[in-house]
Amino acid sequence: MLDRTSAWQGEYILEADDITKAFPGVVALAGVQLRIRPGTVHALMGENGAGKSTLMKIIAGIQKPDAGEIRLRGQPVELDSPLDALEQGIAMIHQELALMNPMTVAENVWIRREPRNRLGLIDHARMNQMTRDLFARLNIQLDPAATVSELTVAEKQMVEIAKAVSYNSDVLIMDEPTSALTEREVEHLFAIIRDLKARGIGIVYITHKMNELFEIADEFTVFRDGKYVGTHASSDVTRDDIIRMMVGREITEMFPKIDCEIGETVLELRNLTLPGVFHDVSFTLRRGEILGLAGLVGSKRSNVAEAIFGVKPAASGEILIDGKPVRIASPAAAMGHGIAFLTEDRKETGCFLILDCLENIQSALITRSHVKAGMVQERQVRRLAEEMAAKLRIKTPSLHETVENLSGGNQQKLLIARWLLTKPRILILDEPTRGIDVGAKAEIHRLITGLAAEGVAVLMISSELPEILGMSDRIVVMHEGHVSGELARAEADQMRIMDLAAR
Amino acid sequence: MNATSQTTATPTGSPYRLPAELNILLVLAGICLTFEILGWIMQGQSFLGNWQRLSIMILQVSVVGIIAIGVTQVIISGGIDLSSGSIVGATAMISMSLAQAAGYERAIYPELTGLPVVVPLLVGLLFGLICGIINGALIAYTKIPPFIATLGMMVTARGFAKWYTKGQPISFPTDSFAAIGKGMMPVFIFLAVALIFHVALKYTRYGKFTYAIGANPQAARVSGINVERQLVKIYAIAGLLSALAGIVVAARGLTAQAGMGTMYELDAIAMAVIGGVSLTGGRGSILGTMIGMVIFGVIISGFTFLRLDAYYQEMIKGVIIVAAVVADVYRQKKRKKA
Repeated sequence: MLDRTSAWQGEYILEADDITKAFPGVVALAGVQLRIRPGTVHALMGENGAGKSTLMKIIAGIQKPDAGEIRLRGQPVELDSPLDALEQGIAMIHQELALMNPMTVAENVWIRREPRNRLGLIDHARMNQMTRDLFARLNIQLDPAATVSELTVAEKQMVEIAKAVSYNSDVLIMDEPTSALTEREVEHLFAIIRDLKARGIGIVYITHKMNELFEIADEFTVFRDGKYVGTHASSDVTRDDIIRMMVGREITEMFPKIDCEIGETVLELRNLTLPGVFHDVSFTLRRGEILGLAGLVGSKRSNVAEAIFGVKPAASGEILIDGKPVRIASPAAAMGHGIAFLTEDRKETGCFLILDCLENIQSALITRSHVKAGMVQERQVRRLAEEMAAKLRIKTPSLHETVENLSGGNQQKLLIARWLLTKPRILILDEPTRGIDVGAKAEIHRLITGLAAEGVAVLMISSELPEILGMSDRIVVMHEGHVSGELARAEADQMRIMDLAAR
Repeated sequence: MNATSQTTATPTGSPYRLPAELNILLVLAGICLTFEILGWIMQGQSFLGNWQRLSIMILQVSVVGIIAIGVTQVIISGGIDLSSGSIVGATAMISMSLAQAAGYERAIYPELTGLPVVVPLLVGLLFGLICGIINGALIAYTKIPPFIATLGMMVTARGFAKWYTKGQPISFPTDSFAAIGKGMMPVFIFLAVALIFHVALKYTRYGKFTYAIGANPQAARVSGINVERQLVKIYAIAGLLSALAGIVVAARGLTAQAGMGTMYELDAIAMAVIGGVSLTGGRGSILGTMIGMVIFGVIISGFTFLRLDAYYQEMIKGVIIVAAVVADVYRQKKRKKA
């Protein structure tokens, strides 16, 4: 298999040209390109949703492009499955590691290719020896017979890398490989990467971390909103240049921000900490204010929201409501303080997809009121739900329609309706307009500003910078579980936010 | 798409939809018709036109039907209960031991004979309730799968029933205890239980929470529902209803044996599944389970009517259970594509 590489003499080991990929409602990639030289580390940069992960899935054979061409060692290839890509020389190390935890290190590396003895049974001794040889080449100190579930995240990553190398891959894709590593582990990883480079392997490296880019990458390509922005050598540019390339997004949508009176502080966090997740998070939220919470993937913004709402409470620190410290151990307790929480993933943690609209709208309300002697006051609840559905312009044939038949925008409005019925004073919105069409988006934006004008304190998490900039009175930026800065509406722009979000 | 082109919701649109139970009702009608036709061909008589046969049939399935009402709620919440049959056996023993007629010299508790009927009744129900609470608490707070928690209870409760008298049956209940199982009483008890929990599932907060947890436990939790407490309630009710079934069985048979109720849990699950209760949770109704129960009864009584071997009954029962689950999986696939 090694002959593959030596026989071929070209400038790029992997070329992806004019790759286009659309999902229902969104164009994830619009004619992007990526060219990897052998023996280099090529960083792929971009905001959340820029299309990096989609392109990597295409190159690794997980998804198929709608249009475009992929050439490996100069030859056009069709990648039908991850296995196909692997056999042709492209290996991917996933953000969520894809190892089989109950099995040993050696079994994981050689799965499907186990050495056999004369009886056709697996030769464990030889398999372990093969693993030891492989690890020696990569300078990895791990016991081949160890069970994977007992390894640290860093060690698991080493196993994945060794597995990729064992396939003699020409191209190795690493998606945020350092996100769970300590500094020393990162150093070890970089040493291995340099060694792989020296062997002529082309490495595609996705990262949000600027300093890593300058330390390990030779070249980088920037995507923005599914479009190709440019490719440069990392020695030719500064950090600011890259940020400018990443954020130059135009603000085309309308954000009908109404300036309204901002009142007293209703929610305050003091050094909220959940070890290993977020640390010393402090900020305040006032009546009538929309506070934007910005950050990249892995900044743990949603975890902070979950702590405030009691889904997964913090271990230390204080939450104050109206200046008084409170203990919020469950969502029910949070609701008791007038907090509502629209979760990030409407299918996973929001909707009851197989139940009807009415059941979905009333679920939070009836935990607190409109129940007499155990019986739900159907008529009143139905009237409230109908009024709210009309007010939010939820499009459904009837409140008896099953929610899985509704569009994403209408599902989202339904969940907002659920929370508005509880008359919250503090409304936490996690990605309130993710994956919904422009019309519904504008309606939800109008609704949010309207609520703020009525005196609701809104905490809005969003990965879309234009949304954050257009809607927020104030912006708190998080980076890897820490608050990295706070910006007033007047001083905030995309450059400043990115500067705080990407370190 | 701009905002102004969207029409406002018309939530009052069609207030009445065809109930999901209609499909199962059609299956029941089809099965009845088949037996009716086969009856005329093979036996020269009507299957349905025999009131006595129908009442015996309903009586036969009513006891398991009581259990199925509880199991329905467990399955809607996304769980399963394997302990029902064993709780029937254990409760039968306990309540019968406190229901023995005065003056019976070989009574289990000679000094506790001739007690008023409420004593064995309440003690039996309390026993089932406790078993159910243990099931629910294990599932809710230790997060072990319902299959394992209730499997443990199944084995333990059966062991308890055998240990209670070292395998000896208990007999000679008071007349008032025996009255619980006399005549059509089991059917009336079943109907009362079914009505109560039909209302509970449809119109109370308890019911709404049960469906919500089965449909999406994470969303239920974020909605402020105390998922753990709700699960304990659901399994407690299932335990209580199993105990009630145990009391009825013992009262009807005038005797209690440690092996009573064996396999009832599976029959109850089968009734619910045939009645359209989805094993993935969130879907189903008491009405559906009642129809499932009748289908179950019709098949057994139909086979007896056609003088077919009892072994065929078992085999067909197995086929029908699997067919019902396959139908459920198929329905869900179709929904997803739509």
